[in-house]
Amino acid sequence: MKQIFALLSGLIFGFGLIVSGMSDPAKVLNFLDVFGTWDPSLAFVMGGAIAVTAPGFALLTRSRRRPFFDSEFRIPSRTDLDPKLLAGAVLFGTGWGLGGFCPGPALTALPIAATGTLIFVPFMLAGMWLARHTPDLSMPFNKGVTQ
Amino acid sequence: METSFTPWLSLGGGLMIGASAVLLMATNGRIAGISGLTSSLFARSTDGEARGVSALFVVGLLMSAPIWLLVSGEWPQQWVPSSPVLMAVAGLLVGFGATYGNGCTSGHGVCGISRGSMRSIVATVTFMAAAIVTVFVTRHQIGS
Repeated sequence: MKQIFALLSGLIFGFGLIVSGMSDPAKVLNFLDVFGTWDPSLAFVMGGAIAVTAPGFALLTRSRRRPFFDSEFRIPSRTDLDPKLLAGAVLFGTGWGLGGFCPGPALTALPIAATGTLIFVPFMLAGMWLARHTPDLSMPFNKGVTQ
Repeated sequence: METSFTPWLSLGGGLMIGASAVLLMATNGRIAGISGLTSSLFARSTDGEARGVSALFVVGLLMSAPIWLLVSGEWPQQWVPSSPVLMAVAGLLVGFGATYGNGCTSGHGVCGISRGSMRSIVATVTFMAAAIVTVFVTRHQIGS
């Protein structure tokens, strides 16, 4: 069951990215182009997503001790602001502003097979592999829990 | 290039993304963070069951556009930058940065902010600022 719902969640997520326009880098780059051809649409994506997720997560974790088909809610517990978080966010934001893709939209758009996407995705996967194999010297007890 | 303002479609798509995040948490107890789920496939520490769940979520993402094509008769509209060097650098930065910083637009921007996580709020403000500065520099400093 959990596997079926994982697949279904991925599908719904992908449809959400397509419907919202988030899977179109032109729209993303215009959202980020505050001083140019600004298209504020994508603020509504984040707003809509949080409007469902915030009450949904709260209701789930308050009313249930565990998910329906698994043993525990795996919710990150860290609260510290480490250099790794900030450095990662700066690098990620820079790449997002260059290509107009973040990971979800890039994977969703992969089958459309635009040349830029076919180049972006393998390099993105290589970057993920690299980050997973980069030892974190500043936080020896961090087990690398990634959201 | 201009794109048209689509508040209702974007809101609707956002609600679907939220529904997906709640569904994954309700059934699997996992955060719908795309960089986390995808990169966990490359981590030795990921156990077989978690690997299967992550892989299936990614397969769902990959199936969405083809199903869209079957139902509507056309691919979703998009324009993708075509410079190979630019897209290679962008991909590397996105993949490495999102994984190194423990999350991307979905993990920090949607799920983390929804939990009220200070780490996610700081990360989201940081990557949004970096992205806005990058677009400003490439479009209005170098590009113009």
